[in-house]
Amino acid sequence: MKTVKKLTPSKSTDPTRKISLTVNGEAVEREVSVRMLLSDFIRHELGLTGTHVGCEHGICGACTIMVNGESSRSCAILAVQADGMDLRTIESVADKDGCLHPIQQAFQDSHALQCGYCTPGMIMNILSEFESNSKIDTSDEGIRELLSGNLCRCTGYANIVEAVRVAAERMGKS
Amino acid sequence: MSTRTFGTRVKRNIDPKFLRGEGSYVDDIDLPGALHATFVRSPFARAKINKIDVQDALNMEGVMAVYTCDNIGNLDIELPLLIPHDCMKDARTQRPLARDDVYYVGQTVAMVVAINRYVAEDAALLIDVDYEPLPVEVDLEKAVQDSAPLVHPTHPNNIAADLVQVSGDPDAAILKADHVTKIRVEVERSTAASMETRSVAARYDRVSGELTVWDGTQAPLTVRGGLASIFEMDEDKVRVIAPDVGGGFGQKVMFPYPDELLVPMAAMELGYPVKYIEDRRENFIGSNQERKQIHDIELYATKEGEVLALKDFFLHDTGAFIPYGIAIAQVASTSIAGPYKIPNIHVHFQAVYTPTITITPYRGCGRPQACFAIERAMDQLADELGISRFEIRRKNLITDDQFPYAREGLMFADGLRVSMDSGQYIRALDMIEEKIGAKDFPKMQEQARNEGKHLGLGLAFYVEGTGLGPYEGGHIKIHPITGKVYVNTGLSGQGQGHDTVFAQIVADQLGVKVEDVILTEGDSGAFDWGVATFASRAAVVSGNAIHKTAKIVRKKTIVAAANMLEVGEDEVELRDGHAWVVNSNRCVSLAAVATATNPLRYAFNEAAKAATQFAPASKHDGPALDEGQSPGLEATDYYSPSCATWAYGVHAAIVEVDDVTCSAKIVKYVLIHDCGNMINPTIVEGQVMGGLAQGIAGTLYEKIEIDEDGNIANANFVDFLVPYATEIPPVEIYHLETPSPLNPLGVKGVGEAGCIAVGATIASGLADALEKFNKPKFLSLPITPSMIFDVISDEVKN
Amino acid sequence: MKPPVFDYLTPSSLTEATKAVNEIPGAMIIAGGQSLIPALNFKLAWPSALIDIRNIPDLDKIQINDDEIAVGARVRHCDVEKDQRIGKLHPIIHKAMAYVAHSPIRNRGTVVGSICHADAAAEMPLILVLTDGYVTATSVDGNRTIAAHDFFKFHMTTTRHDNEIIQSAHFPLPNSMGGYSFQEFARRSGDYAIAAIACLMTLDNSGKVEEVKIAGCGISQRPIRLNNVEQIVIGSNLTENDLSQAMEALGESVTSPDDIHATNKYRKHLAKKLLSKSLIEAKERAQKRKLS
Repeated sequence: MKTVKKLTPSKSTDPTRKISLTVNGEAVEREVSVRMLLSDFIRHELGLTGTHVGCEHGICGACTIMVNGESSRSCAILAVQADGMDLRTIESVADKDGCLHPIQQAFQDSHALQCGYCTPGMIMNILSEFESNSKIDTSDEGIRELLSGNLCRCTGYANIVEAVRVAAERMGKS
Repeated sequence: MSTRTFGTRVKRNIDPKFLRGEGSYVDDIDLPGALHATFVRSPFARAKINKIDVQDALNMEGVMAVYTCDNIGNLDIELPLLIPHDCMKDARTQRPLARDDVYYVGQTVAMVVAINRYVAEDAALLIDVDYEPLPVEVDLEKAVQDSAPLVHPTHPNNIAADLVQVSGDPDAAILKADHVTKIRVEVERSTAASMETRSVAARYDRVSGELTVWDGTQAPLTVRGGLASIFEMDEDKVRVIAPDVGGGFGQKVMFPYPDELLVPMAAMELGYPVKYIEDRRENFIGSNQERKQIHDIELYATKEGEVLALKDFFLHDTGAFIPYGIAIAQVASTSIAGPYKIPNIHVHFQAVYTPTITITPYRGCGRPQACFAIERAMDQLADELGISRFEIRRKNLITDDQFPYAREGLMFADGLRVSMDSGQYIRALDMIEEKIGAKDFPKMQEQARNEGKHLGLGLAFYVEGTGLGPYEGGHIKIHPITGKVYVNTGLSGQGQGHDTVFAQIVADQLGVKVEDVILTEGDSGAFDWGVATFASRAAVVSGNAIHKTAKIVRKKTIVAAANMLEVGEDEVELRDGHAWVVNSNRCVSLAAVATATNPLRYAFNEAAKAATQFAPASKHDGPALDEGQSPGLEATDYYSPSCATWAYGVHAAIVEVDDVTCSAKIVKYVLIHDCGNMINPTIVEGQVMGGLAQGIAGTLYEKIEIDEDGNIANANFVDFLVPYATEIPPVEIYHLETPSPLNPLGVKGVGEAGCIAVGATIASGLADALEKFNKPKFLSLPITPSMIFDVISDEVKN
Repeated sequence: MKPPVFDYLTPSSLTEATKAVNEIPGAMIIAGGQSLIPALNFKLAWPSALIDIRNIPDLDKIQINDDEIAVGARVRHCDVEKDQRIGKLHPIIHKAMAYVAHSPIRNRGTVVGSICHADAAAEMPLILVLTDGYVTATSVDGNRTIAAHDFFKFHMTTTRHDNEIIQSAHFPLPNSMGGYSFQEFARRSGDYAIAAIACLMTLDNSGKVEEVKIAGCGISQRPIRLNNVEQIVIGSNLTENDLSQAMEALGESVTSPDDIHATNKYRKHLAKKLLSKSLIEAKERAQKRKLS
């Protein structure tokens, strides 16, 4: 029985919608399938692959970005829901010339990443906390509370805690 | 050898890329026109397949192809048995797509390839498989009973492998013992749960006939070899690249998963690139797991506490298939006596088929289970003899003068008898006793008890055979134009910082900056001799291979520079990217030396011009290149370890049990580990801490829950409890460095160290904390609040 | 793990929305999507259409009335978390909110959404039940209010009709002189509760418990008021004996069967201990308030 089609791939028949939003300061207009997840939209439509997918059910935090300045799980948002929103992804955090943000620098200085897969989501979460709070509780408990919601399987968290503490100190937030 | 960066906490070269979100994991790689695959997976643990109807799926808009066992050509085979062993009879492995039978929930039955993953999943739901479910037994102990349904009709009592190993003369030793301690321990299943799931992408170039596969694997060269052989292609037409990989922990060393064959096959057949990006649900039901074992362990000792003999019988759950052979059970069985002399050992295991997902290594690979068994038994022995847990260990630890300590009759994963090469076990024990505050603890415990709090101290020792062969290679080349140093090796990284650690080794030999050493690993197109990353071997095997190679390049560089500078070889030193005449300002850049040693080059840039000021780097009479001489500063060399090198360590913890929640809180956790010389202590600590977190996870949180029908009830991150930062305590890590005598760098592996002893340590602490509640033993993992409640509530009842 | 196919609508008024949900069989409402989208990704939900209420005006308001806090259907957990008025007037809501998932989820997920999702171990449904709260439902058939104890039937099942949209949730204000306590245990930070006990309490002039509301979640198929426990506690001084009896009475209400996270026996123990802590803490807070 022949079970292989010889067709060039056709487009999907999903209902679509036009959306306009801002991503890392840039205006974006696309037509998307209404069921497309924001994580897939960012990664594949926009080619910003720094945001990673770890679970697609909102628990691991690898897909964390900022939506209107607030941390959010891009795997638990439909692209169409981001219409009119202002998104920030990991690609916006370092300088245009690649110079690392103090949080990123603290991560390197503290060996707070190994495989790097959870790192963008981790940084976006920390960044959003730093940007919405003038002071950060830099006790061990306080930092771990801030980090809860982002899974890391490589580091055992100790150095990430240290990186947050170092970053808070350097940025005058502790 | 110069030791400028060896042993220092160099920051990782690779970090800025990852921090900016510029990593390239398989799904980040843009393959225009790529199609996407997903699988239809069995919902039954054991069933016959009567019929598969794919027509509705095929008719769906956007679907390119649907595959079953009937249209995958010569891939319709039982997949290779990777590690044969005599104790397995007729080892069963699975087919890429099931034919006639399925053997576990999640087993691949059909593959759909479509324009995107959304459509592929829609189509997969339309595939109608007519299953006839069969009875199953998922319980490990029941599976070996005569009444249990067979997973494979070929294997009575579901026994996949049966091996007895004897060291010394246990029967005679047992007769001399005054005392025997017997316990049964049980460790439950877990999964690696790396943050990046498995992934594979393939593209076939019809013009060149070359197949390129990007695979988030720990074994790219193995994958390449396997693909070339299975597809009957020349190896040089198959290129496998492990790009950035988001964690492996053993799950990704297994080859082949069905997708690793089917995706390249589809790419070749369909003429489009194909990607399979496993989702988290599929990772739980389709990617291999590990840990389930039940040990009945006996220690035969004198009344003073010297253990004369050990007997252990264990059941090892191997899942529905056994492609990785007995590796995990073998490692467990040969680690069963831990760091103790115990000169007489009888260890017997049976690997058992259960209708569940295939078991292949997860970080630790059997050592956590073995450590749990021996350490709980030592605690129990200590208690029964009225000796302290520290003393019982002190009496039995291998002493420094006894190394190398061999266990004849126990064959380790390197195919050789266990031989522990070096260590300072007693010193480690002394250190931990001091660091955990063991002397002051009884007072602390008493005080806590008076306040109604339950505080306990736990400890456990572990050993880790590391640095397995057969070999790895290194290739180094100093680039003529930039003077940068390019390094290759065959194995690959998943976050261990190879790019920095190996760069340090090379930088020290060649006198260059670590940032100027660029590693490309895990790409068969760059270097294709080698094995894989597993069993804590990269630093030992690739590290030493690269070290040996670097020494050759160093020698070549010095010889060439000496010629150019017209001095003797012993007057040349390498530093700061140049070759210097000792005690002078005369120097020549490495780039210039590299240029000069390639006699065909013209002066096309400054470095090359500088090279022409000197006499040619080679002797002038006769040909520019001598017989046997190669152009440039380049070398390849290999390191093949004679046997495993044994790391070790000891953990201790103070734990507290909360009366209200019955949860275990770790008040203090200290560990001492010894992996020989450390190339980069920061990276070592990162490995230890990461392993430790997985150890805590497996001790207090994680268990794959399989119901009686073989379904995984918690195939998601809501119900399978991978800990957040809030669940992992701070840990004090101390290093001992007892160099390995077995390799030039004196290093031992450390990748798995952190996780091995955690279960035993915490169980030991909880048993101590709750001693007054009828002396609970905590002989199974994980330990949940419900279990702790059962212990406390029994007391309340009594 | 991708969602199945569905149509997507963004009505600009409640009337439009109720019409749509009435006319489209299998339509589901989406607000924050923090429960629904993971369910879609697991293919546990199969809506024919999603009706997104994002453009409907006035649903994003938090209204503080004389006797209650009214939270519109689009009000996110973080909006409630940041509202200082709620912190002053109804502090137990903030205490409970700290246990709801993690901040990225709270930044998108809505209070009404959580209430409609009705997980038996969720915090907002518990608070609605505790406070004798209610929701307002609207449909083409009209409007109605549904009291909390009538709204939650079983785990993830409510008495909302398929064509109804829950417009708002209402949390009656507690006595301003009263005490409160929220006690929860979850295996990991942010997880659904293994058990949670919430308590509102006022004391009479002699320090005895005058009025009390106690509710629990994670212990049964839905969040429940613990009336039998309340009866023991009212009029008492919360002596050791009273607490003991209260804990005993609670035991009967812990009906969750053994599951992979907890045995029934352990859950009973946990709930009892949390009850004790919550009664003691609520009383302390009530006493402090009386003094100040």
